[in-house]
Amino acid sequence: MITTQTLIDAGLFTLKTAGDPSKNIGKVFCCDLLSIAMGRAPSESAWVTVMGNRNTLAVASLADISCIVLAEGITFQDAELDCAEQEGIAVFTTELPVFDAALKIQELLS
Amino acid sequence: MEELLTFNYTIPGDDFTRAGEASSSVKNKLKKMGLDSNTIRKVSIAMYEGEINMVIHADGGTITVEISSEKIRMILADTGPGIADIDKAMENGYSTAPEEVRSLGFGAGMGLPNMKKYTDYMNIDSTVGVGTTVTMDVRL
Repeated sequence: MITTQTLIDAGLFTLKTAGDPSKNIGKVFCCDLLSIAMGRAPSESAWVTVMGNRNTLAVASLADISCIVLAEGITFQDAELDCAEQEGIAVFTTELPVFDAALKIQELLS
Repeated sequence: MEELLTFNYTIPGDDFTRAGEASSSVKNKLKKMGLDSNTIRKVSIAMYEGEINMVIHADGGTITVEISSEKIRMILADTGPGIADIDKAMENGYSTAPEEVRSLGFGAGMGLPNMKKYTDYMNIDSTVGVGTTVTMDVRL
């Protein structure tokens, strides 16, 4: 188990907003369909996705996801980043594909 | 007779930017009440799926959340088109959501199955052309 702070310190991705850095990360989860993420994403997970809209944040918040990593150069708008900060969810961005980004987190976890 | 703690929400139709506000509000209230995180997660996921369904299919509706010492009951009522075949709607992957909704990441046909998965009781009362009422309980 690592925390969001571990991911920040690792410097693997660009930090957009830190949210609550003390949140635990126990697993990494990849999915772009929000309906599936809502039902299947483990709580306290790092979620790697290319779906960068406001509903992504709602799902992350309601499913107790600790942080979002937006892959493939996808970004949130400023309003969404403000919302993420309020919800205590860290947001990172990266140019890496989903699998490569997730693999880097998995390497930290193991 | 035990007094229920009741919250009422009106869900605006066809406004995806606000979808989830009611569920977030309930989640925050349950957190303040000190409920365990697993219960809060179940209620949040089930209610959000229902809320999204109302926005996608029914031009909004109302949600009533009743909290007793035994359970949290969510009653989602709309006056939308109704569900013609409830058994079909309950199947994983079956969806009638329009393309623009799918492009936002919804409409994978997981909503109703997720609602059932995360609740202890779920009932769908629907009449085509009249509307749908979904009642869900999470036991405490």
